[in-house]
Amino acid sequence: MSSLRILVPIKRVIDYAVRPRVNKTNTAVETAGVKHSMNPFDELSIEEAVRLRERKSTPVEDILAFSAGPAKSQDVLRTAMAMGADRGMHVLVDVDKTGDLEPLGVAKLLRKVVEDEKRNLVILGKQSIDDDSAQTGQMLAGLLGWSQATQAAKVEIEGDVITVTKEVDGGVETVKAKLPMVITTDLRLNEPRYASLPNIMKAKKKPMVKKTLEEMGVDVKQRLKTVKVEEPAPRKGGQKVEDVDGMIAKLKELGAI
Amino acid sequence: MTPQNPALRLQVIKIYKELLFLVREYPLGYDYARPRLHKAFMSQAGVDDEEKIRSGIKRAEFVKKEIEALYYLKRYRALRQRYDKID
Repeated sequence: MSSLRILVPIKRVIDYAVRPRVNKTNTAVETAGVKHSMNPFDELSIEEAVRLRERKSTPVEDILAFSAGPAKSQDVLRTAMAMGADRGMHVLVDVDKTGDLEPLGVAKLLRKVVEDEKRNLVILGKQSIDDDSAQTGQMLAGLLGWSQATQAAKVEIEGDVITVTKEVDGGVETVKAKLPMVITTDLRLNEPRYASLPNIMKAKKKPMVKKTLEEMGVDVKQRLKTVKVEEPAPRKGGQKVEDVDGMIAKLKELGAI
Repeated sequence: MTPQNPALRLQVIKIYKELLFLVREYPLGYDYARPRLHKAFMSQAGVDDEEKIRSGIKRAEFVKKEIEALYYLKRYRALRQRYDKID
């Protein structure tokens, strides 16, 4: 029976409670001076990794939290370690120089980490709440040739066989696969614990490896071009009508009848 | 006034600090939550019965759990509204 060596990739995103604003040139969302925190779906994946350890059915050797991004991404790595990850790895990305990473670039970075660190389970958030691509996990599974279970609502493990209940349109789907495996988390998987103050302090002593993109030697060239970013059209308010005839006239005007 | 039980005193300070850290994220703002938290603790400053201090600490632990649950639910509901289509 093999023990689990888990990789949990996390992303630092604009906090869910902040209303994003489009910048003046309509090319991106304004990030300067905005509150950031860990992607909520990634909190679910950290929590699941820690719970796999606490369940004690299959021993967990090591939980590695990984993040690629600006220097401040280290804050979310500390949070991840406060929640229970053993180590952190940060790849510094100079956004001004190389631009934002794209899902394929991230998946290639993760493949490198999986190979270097000999991981056999990757638990990712199903998507980040800033780009909403929901592609990285699937691409990683494709690159590695591993089994994948997306949108997990329940993860059960027995030896090296994992049974995952997935949320699909109009119901659930249950899949079963052997390690190694890629799992992406959905909202109802678990209830992430709060990273408490004492745990954050303790997490400062946990090891964190810092690397640069060049050291990783992975091609993360941008293949996509953002043409335009726009705010959604403002919602139009409702209207009151005087009587039934008024309503019928209005419906006809709108072409509803 | 010297505290009768230094261990209890430390526990009270510890839970106060934890709560203070927690309310930084309070939905109504840190400026709303901090004075209220301070007031809640100050109103109990004169308590010197050990049993009462212990039950006060328990209450603080309970409030901590409640605030954590509040944050979790707030985020869960926001995400659910954004990502789950409810027909």
